[in-house]
This record gives sequence, C-alpha cells and structure tokens, in this order.
Amino acid sequence: MAEKTEPAAAAASRLAGEMEVEAYRRLFPLAFLERHLGESVRPDARRLSEARPTTVALGAVSSAHGSALVRLGDTAMLASVKLEVMSPPAESSDEGSVAVEFHMPPICSPLVRPGRPADVAPVISKALEDVLMSSGMLNLKELCLISGKASWLAYLDICCLNADGSLFDAALISAVAAFTHLEIPLVSVGDDGRVFTVGGNEGKTKFELVNREKRKLTLGDIPFSLTCALHKDSILVDPTSEEESIIETYVTVVVDSSDRIVSIQKLGGTVTSMTAVKECISLAKERRRKLREILIDSVEVMEVDQTE
Amino acid sequence: MFSYHLLLGSTSTLSMQCSIQECPFGCTFGFLAAIKCDGSWNMNSIRVGRQERVYEMTLKRTLQSICMLTVHPNTTTSVVLQVVGDDGSLLPCAINASCAALAFAGIPLKHLAVAIGCGVVENGGVILDTNTAEEQQLKSFAHLVFPSSRKVVGSKEPKQKDVEFERGLITSISHGVMSEDDYLNCIERGVAASSRISDFMRKTLQKEAASVAA
Repeated sequence: MAEKTEPAAAAASRLAGEMEVEAYRRLFPLAFLERHLGESVRPDARRLSEARPTTVALGAVSSAHGSALVRLGDTAMLASVKLEVMSPPAESSDEGSVAVEFHMPPICSPLVRPGRPADVAPVISKALEDVLMSSGMLNLKELCLISGKASWLAYLDICCLNADGSLFDAALISAVAAFTHLEIPLVSVGDDGRVFTVGGNEGKTKFELVNREKRKLTLGDIPFSLTCALHKDSILVDPTSEEESIIETYVTVVVDSSDRIVSIQKLGGTVTSMTAVKECISLAKERRRKLREILIDSVEVMEVDQTE
Repeated sequence: MFSYHLLLGSTSTLSMQCSIQECPFGCTFGFLAAIKCDGSWNMNSIRVGRQERVYEMTLKRTLQSICMLTVHPNTTTSVVLQVVGDDGSLLPCAINASCAALAFAGIPLKHLAVAIGCGVVENGGVILDTNTAEEQQLKSFAHLVFPSSRKVVGSKEPKQKDVEFERGLITSISHGVMSEDDYLNCIERGVAASSRISDFMRKTLQKEAASVAA
C-alpha cells in the first residue's frame, strides 16, 4: 500500500540505480532532466546559458538569387530568396514587397506526417514576417525598379531540414543571411515595355540595363533572436526538441543592434516571474553579439570564395 | 454545450465549449464577418489564414496552461470561438471569453487567465485596450495575459501593490519595436489593469453561481 502512494519522482530515483540510462531517459524524461539541472548541466553536456554551435553557409542554393544554410546544433534551415518582377499596387507604387513562407516537410521531424502540415509552421511564418517587416531591416523602397510600373517581389522560402528545437531562431538567422547574400539580377526593358532579367556576360553589353549600380540590398538594423526554456528556477538557453517537449514553457526574445526589443513571444506555459523574463532579455542581448560576429565571418568567407 | 458572449468595447467574441473524446486540446477560430480580399494579389488570402492559426496556437497554449488536464484523462476539451465584431484587442477579448466559458462550464482550472492589450505611445506612455485605429497608428503594442489576482481577505492597500507585481506572466506577444523600458512599463500597467478585470470576472461568476444555485 505504501508503494502505491509513493510519488513518481521518488520511484524514478529508486529505479535509477537499476535500469539503463537510455531506458530511464525515455521512461522518466522529467526526472532525467532535473537530475542534470541539479548539477547545472544539460543532457547534451552544455551549460545552462550556452547555446549550440551555429554555422552559416551563404550561397547554398545556386539557382536562387540569395540563399543560406544555417545549422544551430542539429537544427538545419535552408533559406532562399527569389526575385520576380511585378507591377506594384497603387497605394505603394514605389515599394517592392516580400512574401515569407516557412515549410516543415516530413523529413524534418518524425512528428510531421505527409499531408498533415505541422501546427507550428504558419505560426513561425507569421512571426518571421512580422519581425522582418517591423525591425526595419529591409527598406522596401530599395526593391523598386521603375516607380509606379515595376518593382521586385521577393519570395523568401525557408525550409526546415531538421527540426531539433529553436526553430524560430534558426529560421531568422537563415532569412537574414539569405538577404545578406542576395544579389539583385540585372534587368532591362524590352520593346513591348516589359521588364525582363538579363543574364550572362554578353547580356550586360547587349541590352540597356536599368539597375547596373544597385545590386545589393542595404540592410538596416538586423534582428537576432534567442529562445529560452524556463523550468522552475532554471533558464535553459537554446533548447533541443527533447528539452522543448519536456519543458512546455519557452520565451523567444528578438533584439536588434540598438538593444531594442523587436518581439517577445511567450505562448502559454507556466506562470513566470518578471525577473526570469528580464534575464532572458539580457541573455538575448549577449547572444546577439555572438551571432553578429558569426554572420560577418560567413560573409567574409563567401567573399574570399568568390574572388578565388 | 455552453456558450458565453463577451463584449469588450466593440470587439466581441462568442465562446462556445463542449467536451468530446480523444486527446488534449482543440481550438478553432472563426471569422463571422466577411473578409475583403484584394483580387489582384491573392497573397492576402494566405496571410489571412495564417493570423487565425497564430491566434489558435496562442489560445491553445494559454488555456492548456490554466486547465488541470489530469482531472479528465483521455478527453478533448474543444473551445470554439466565433468573432462577432473586431475593433482591436481581439486576442485579449478571445482569451477572456474562453476563460469565462471554461469557468462556467465547470472545467477545473488552476486560476483564471486575464488578458489585456497595451500600446506604446511616442512619448513612452502606455495606453490600454487599444482599438483598431489605435493599433494601426501605434508603432508597437503588446498583448499580455496574467493569472487572476488572489483576493486577500482583510488586507491593507500598500501590501497588495507588492504582491501584484510578483504575479508573473502567462503569455506575452509583442508587435513592433519597443525599448526594454517600454515593455516593462506595459507589464506594470497591464498587471494593474488585470487586477480590475479579474475583480469583474470574480463578481460576474459569483453572481451567476448564486443565480444558478437559487
């Protein structure tokens, strides 16, 4: 009778000595995590405030006008930008536009089934669009070709190749990197008044080009984000999908280069104190500095490759 | 089947709730008003669908955190919201409505969730419960959800203020760029406003409970 009333955690620790680590991990995930947190470490041997190694590779998709492949630990995202000429609507005749789409194909995670799109995909899509537009990183007027007649419509497609936690963070870095890599194609106006893109070297001399000088976008304040999982008194930075499934509470903070908050998203979960939220904001600011360096390094690497 | 109609200014949502079988939480969000789409660019139709998904996910996760899910295992609690009118602060209205519906339906809850929309004005001031015109003009605004305040019997005024700030945050969604101080200001104002909303909810629930019992 006494055993039946024994709480689950005590039962878990009693069995801990008797079973294998992997079995314990699957059967008692919360107890497994808490034993690690007690030693201020996480199951993948990271410290609590340490993010996973991040790599950014620009120009991953050669057929797109701008692209980037980002790895945040095991999470992999591929972002690509393709530009298309369109006639702008009357109310914004000297601006281009951006259409953001976030895809989670079944290869990214066993939880995503073919034919059933992931719940979180449109949410991340909308959040990305809001952040990119409100942060002022992109100046839509730069996407204008001929005022009132032609402007660029940029299709930003982000494909999640492997979903292992912190999807929004990786997606945002990949979107920013893709726009950094973006090279606007040369265009010319045909006899019938239609604008067409011009490729190749003879094209440059044969046709009269509209935008010879303006090839790269000038990016304003670049936003960087950080997701933290909050469990009792611990704040776990950059959670993996295993940690995210155990700890249902996380905050995503997006900051820009002037340390202003572009976005704070905390959807449900346990009630958290304001000190924890403030701590997350300061962790996000630290992370921004590191991410900015990583992005600058990757741009340098790309430029070295191009000159070779 | 239970329904509750909540009016917040001219934004009103109708929250209906019933329980079915299967697994945890279902949430659907419907728009009664017709949505005008610009025919020349059909991106609008995709984008309109996305905003509902965001609202659904926010509602689902917020309500999931206040319900005691272990009391009714292997059941789905389905919350259906129908927007009757939208004049800004739609998400806070929806959260308040569904919370009230759950309370009236007798679903065991840990505490009520009280939602408020805060907007940041140019001089750093904060306005509460923004309408559509204000939301479009403002550079940034935030929707905040707090747990309902605990009524302390026989307490003095000064003590209550400290207790209020420690209440914590369930959900927070911000739009637009704001400084950290602006955000913390919003939280402070939001906490103060949410205690008044939770008093109102408490009074309404007590009245209804009394009339049902009678």
